Amino acid sequence: MKRKSIAVVGAAETTQMGKIPNVSVIGLHADAALNALADCGLKPSDIDGVATAGISPVDLAHYMGITPTYADGTSVGGCSFMLHVRHAAAAINEGLCNTVLITHGESGRSRVGAGGFGRAASSLAGQFEMPYGPAGPPTMFTVPVLRYLKARGYTVEDLAQVAVIQREWAAKNPRASYKDPITVEDVLKSDMIAWPFTKLMCCLVTDGGGALILTSAERAKDFPQKPVYILGTGESVETPMVSQMEDFTSSKAFRVSGKKAFEESGVSHADVDHLMIYDAFAHLPLYGLEDLGFCKPGEAAGFIKGRNTAPGGKLPLNTNGGGLSYMHSGMYGMYALQESVRQMRGVAPAQVPGAKISIAHGVGGMFAASGTIVFSNEAP
Amino acid sequence: MPPPRMLPEPTPETRNFWDGCKAGELRLQRCTDCDGGSYFPPRPFCPRCGSRKVEAYKASGQGVLWSYVINMRPRPDMGTEPYAIAVVKLAEGPQMMTNIVGCPQTPEALVLDMPVKVTFAPQNDDISLPFFEPAGA
Repeated sequence: MKRKSIAVVGAAETTQMGKIPNVSVIGLHADAALNALADCGLKPSDIDGVATAGISPVDLAHYMGITPTYADGTSVGGCSFMLHVRHAAAAINEGLCNTVLITHGESGRSRVGAGGFGRAASSLAGQFEMPYGPAGPPTMFTVPVLRYLKARGYTVEDLAQVAVIQREWAAKNPRASYKDPITVEDVLKSDMIAWPFTKLMCCLVTDGGGALILTSAERAKDFPQKPVYILGTGESVETPMVSQMEDFTSSKAFRVSGKKAFEESGVSHADVDHLMIYDAFAHLPLYGLEDLGFCKPGEAAGFIKGRNTAPGGKLPLNTNGGGLSYMHSGMYGMYALQESVRQMRGVAPAQVPGAKISIAHGVGGMFAASGTIVFSNEAP
Repeated sequence: MPPPRMLPEPTPETRNFWDGCKAGELRLQRCTDCDGGSYFPPRPFCPRCGSRKVEAYKASGQGVLWSYVINMRPRPDMGTEPYAIAVVKLAEGPQMMTNIVGCPQTPEALVLDMPVKVTFAPQNDDISLPFFEPAGA
């Protein structure tokens, strides 16, 4: 793609967050979309590109009254929205459309108008994983972790520390689901879900949504909000089965996606002021810091324990509180993007002073997919 | 009544594997065009070079415990006791998800890198699931 030409001009989450029993899945998409349209002063008829996951872009376009010339239904799990941003940037550059609406909505907790999680018994996962008793992400995403801990010399306390520091960030966010401080001991003593993972090492299950509106950077200056420019993007996928992950200590999708985004953006690690790493579970930030190149393998746990990612640290990480403490409706990638946009606009509840470059890094499935977006509030 | 255990539904591409389990053999596949080694799950071509010249063979059934979690909230079809969802690294290279049987489902009994060997558990007339047990058992 031609670099440095696209910006986020509209961004918003759903009006409510957490437990929303009175809104269905498509209703959450629409609420977030209407809020994002209001944020940038556009009407549905101004949108000519749509992208979403979980529901079809056809559902979204029809429900919102949009007649698009571009539709993206990439659905690779929680990082789908990073991929939508990447594809939208390419599409706008190519002239397929001018203004793209990307939405997420999920009734993860209340399950209003939501489908099931089933996998066909004839799928590869249905044949080669499900017979052995996995019961959702807490028992699948976590499977590689004992190997990772052993290889790196990390401990369960290191996992707990991730949750503790993210709670510190959540305490600064009025919309966070959990704000009370916790200790490593609290995390380790919380209910055992799938050994070695306790409840506080697992993400929340909430209802909510979010939406982004992208257009060309030259048009972006005409909108009411400060434009947030896209400097670089990456994506990759690895495997639909966590048991088939090539290396249990490192995500290939993370490495490929992150490298691509860094190369495209031209920024160095030292340039990054703010970082979001999708934290469905406490090990994800550790893998992310290593696979994106912020830490050498074996140094991520010490980096977090040393408060580098905590409030006041040199690399503020998951500043909304993350999936562990802010919210997690199922496909959290949208909320990581929203927090990067808030930080770049300078309006985040836990604002990083003077932040100019933010990275939002997402995971899809159980290390199945990845997407990475490098943002800046300075025009390229 | 708990629901019946979730079982695989073989496809034409995986039928040979499940027939092997039924016959008491753990079958892997390998390419006869490249030296890319064994692969899993089954498919009718080599995932490394794309060649369709592949063969199934009887694997040793031996491996080591590579990683696992112990699910403390059993899936309804899996009984009422916690159980390990494990990945075994086979001697031939591929990894596969499985359950470890013949030993307590505890961190003390389930030690990473311990040798394990395959054992087959018939579930019905068609399907036997490949589980693993400590190799010394």
